[in-house]
Amino acid sequence: MTHFVWLAILLPLLGAVANGIIAVRRPDSRRLVSFIGVGVLLGAFAVSLGVLREVAAGHGEATKLLLWQWIPVSDRLTIDLALQVDQLSAVMLMVITGVGSLIHLFSVGYMQEDPGYARYFAYLNLFVAFMLVLVLGASLPVSFIGWEGVGLCSYLLIGFWFEVDANSDAGKKAFLANRIGDFGVLIAMFMLWWHVGTLDYAALAEKAPAVLPYGGTIATTIALFLFLGCTGKSAQIPLFTWLPDAMAGPTPVSALIHAATMVTAGVFLVVRTGVIFALAPVAMEVVAITGALTAFFAATIALRQNDIKKVLAYSTVSQLGYMFLAVGTGAFAAGIFHLVTHAFFKALLFLGAGSVIHSMHHAQHHAGSHADPQDMRNMGGLRKAMPWTFILMAIATLAIAGLPPLSGFFSKDEILAAAFARGETNGLYRVAWGLGLAAALMTAYYMSRLMAMTFLGTFRGGSDVEPHLHEAPAVMTAPLAVLGILSVIGGALNLPSFVGGSHGLEHWLEPVTEPATRLMDALVMPHGSVEYALIAGAIAIAITGLVVGVRSTLRSTIPTPAEAPAETGIRRLLYGKYFIDELYQKLFVGPLVWFSRRVLWQGFDQFLVDRMAVGGTARVAQGLGWLGSRLQNGQVAFYVTLFAVGVVLILRTLVG
Amino acid sequence: MTALTVVFGIFAIWAVVSALLCITRTNAMASALWLVSTMFALAGIYVLLQAEFIAAIQVLVYAGAVMVLFLFVIMLLNVEETPREWKRWPVWLLASGLAAVLTAELVTLRGYSPGRLAREISTMPDSMAIPAYVFPGAMGTGPDPRGVVGKIAEPLFQAYLIPFEITSVLLLAAVIGAVVLAKKRL
Amino acid sequence: MLLGPSLALSAVLFALGVVGVLIRRNVVVVFMCVELMLNAVNLTLVALAQLHGTSGQIMVFFVMTVAAAEAVVGLAIILAIFRHVQTVDLKQFNLLKG
Repeated sequence: MTHFVWLAILLPLLGAVANGIIAVRRPDSRRLVSFIGVGVLLGAFAVSLGVLREVAAGHGEATKLLLWQWIPVSDRLTIDLALQVDQLSAVMLMVITGVGSLIHLFSVGYMQEDPGYARYFAYLNLFVAFMLVLVLGASLPVSFIGWEGVGLCSYLLIGFWFEVDANSDAGKKAFLANRIGDFGVLIAMFMLWWHVGTLDYAALAEKAPAVLPYGGTIATTIALFLFLGCTGKSAQIPLFTWLPDAMAGPTPVSALIHAATMVTAGVFLVVRTGVIFALAPVAMEVVAITGALTAFFAATIALRQNDIKKVLAYSTVSQLGYMFLAVGTGAFAAGIFHLVTHAFFKALLFLGAGSVIHSMHHAQHHAGSHADPQDMRNMGGLRKAMPWTFILMAIATLAIAGLPPLSGFFSKDEILAAAFARGETNGLYRVAWGLGLAAALMTAYYMSRLMAMTFLGTFRGGSDVEPHLHEAPAVMTAPLAVLGILSVIGGALNLPSFVGGSHGLEHWLEPVTEPATRLMDALVMPHGSVEYALIAGAIAIAITGLVVGVRSTLRSTIPTPAEAPAETGIRRLLYGKYFIDELYQKLFVGPLVWFSRRVLWQGFDQFLVDRMAVGGTARVAQGLGWLGSRLQNGQVAFYVTLFAVGVVLILRTLVG
Repeated sequence: MTALTVVFGIFAIWAVVSALLCITRTNAMASALWLVSTMFALAGIYVLLQAEFIAAIQVLVYAGAVMVLFLFVIMLLNVEETPREWKRWPVWLLASGLAAVLTAELVTLRGYSPGRLAREISTMPDSMAIPAYVFPGAMGTGPDPRGVVGKIAEPLFQAYLIPFEITSVLLLAAVIGAVVLAKKRL
Repeated sequence: MLLGPSLALSAVLFALGVVGVLIRRNVVVVFMCVELMLNAVNLTLVALAQLHGTSGQIMVFFVMTVAAAEAVVGLAIILAIFRHVQTVDLKQFNLLKG
């Protein structure tokens, strides 16, 4: 099956083409679109299962699949279009096609009445194809195709309802932020080519330690440029502002692209190029601290958001911060572990939110209300109308808060333990650990606040809306249920030893991470009483956050959006997301727009190019033409005179 | 200074004076007649240059036929004297200057200078000076056995036969063209 | 040999032809000046025929033929133009003015 792994890419690609044609020709054939859209994903999932089985049966070595020579320039520069199947790409394959299939299935219900149904599935299939290229690529350039492709699909899907300006603006913002990051990846690729001479992952892992000095400037620069790309794609400080805006897209898109898969590409890339990062301890510190800071700040913003998707978006940013904290400490497996469990419970949370929004939207539509269906201040008490969604989202909430034995507990605990362990030798990691712990408390708080505002208490959206609330159809709740089960048992992938586990995922990924971990100081995980103390602390924090979140939310009266008083002080700061967007606007966007408009457009283009170069050329030609036309005065004598002068001049040269 | 040189000089002065008068007469008819005079002088020079046949057709075709055509057209048009036949003096100056330079250049083109010209004229050998048929026996080489016309006819009807025949097509085209252009309505 | 004097005479006649073309405004006279220039060239050819054989004279023969054809067509054109503008003044023939 490994040799047919390209099928996993080809199937969604064909689905995208087919759905794209349908979207143009017969946009109303929804059944066919659903069949193709979901079918190709299930096919890709089947291929992934086969691949996983073969990788598990193998002996840890990676399989490289050469499809064709892509850029055969010379002996020194040959880039193959090759795929690499190993433990890491197998895990990513499973997450992408598995969660992807569930979200496609959910979309069938969620997008049923949308006029752009076929277009939606075309984009979504295309996204899966590119995402698989990204994780299966055997070299940086091949992964970069996928990297750019998912950026494109993200842009297309964020701006899916492009009739509203804000949505297409959000798409552009995401695209631009990603471009900044892509620039970093490109620079890193050029530098790697220059200094190491290869872009192939396997060859990099082999050659880089020999060529690049440990802790040297070159390795650090390359790693930092790569990480710049990761901050763009994975919405880390300073490029995180696009992700919350990306919620303008359909909710299943937020679940698939902006929670479960694409945004984790940065984490994936760090693990893939782990050797480069392992050679640059400074870069590792930057990664860890950036991750921890992002986790902390995004969590604080999430505390005061009222839009259900915005809360989840900032939560995603925060959880991605955890993953970077993990890979920054060198615990690559822990990062991937959290990536997987996060894909489960965050996809579940987004899809649950989607089902809530779906229900709210329909109820408001029936009642003729024009309130915001995403604002939690209009919700409340939904558990009566949507019991299944409530139960499943509650499971996800407990999982993300880190309550044992749910999946989030194990993955988050692993990360914090690793940061704590590194903190023994490096104080910076102790700070990161502290930030992570604080973020864990806030995570529990804002998630329980979200649950309480949405599902508990009484409905605040108006009595005329309430009777129309209903549970989502089965095609939507079934994927939720599957994700719920996965959120519960996901921790089993990598059970720690204190519950009798064997760190399954860590050993599974060892062939991939080993070249990198070999270069670093070994990570001595806490044992015995320290370990138990840490665990107890984490559980206590989670429970505290959950309880405080629920109780404080239920006790306070929640004003409707219309009559809400203006926030003040620190709350205003949090509600306004630290005004980072406004800061960027003033600091970068404004000057750039000014520069583009005044200097580049009006100064350079309009004045220099248009008026001077283009207009000037025309005027010079006109002037020369005028002079020439003076010569053509119609007088034969004048022509003869010129002729005679010419003869005289020619004879002059002949005479010598 | 030989007899030949004297004869050549007479014809040359005749040609130049006639040409000058030709271009300076206000009356077009006078100009045309002075041009005919120039052509007669040239015919004389052709004889001196042992091109008797050419001299003959110069008189017959050029001075005769072509110039008659010119006279015919001048009379046909019957224009009154153009009030400003002459151009202003800068044009004269320019034309004279150009002509002077042109003459100088054309003479020097064959490697001649005024000095060399004078030398050539003064040192011309007597033996070659007198054309054979004017003073028979005086020439170094006797008259061509093919005769005056045969000397031209032989190459014309052998080596240059095809161009000669093509000339007839050219003349036919000229005739048709002239009819088309000159006729008011076909 | 008379070569040098002949060539000099031809040069003078040619230059006179050029002067005529430049200073005259009557189109028929200008045309005659062109004939004068042709005659000057003919003289050159005949003079050089002394050196290079009778080919030069053959060439003169052809030049005369062409000159005859040219005179016929040229005069016909002058007639046609005259009918159009009722003048022989070259200055009025300015249809080619740019």
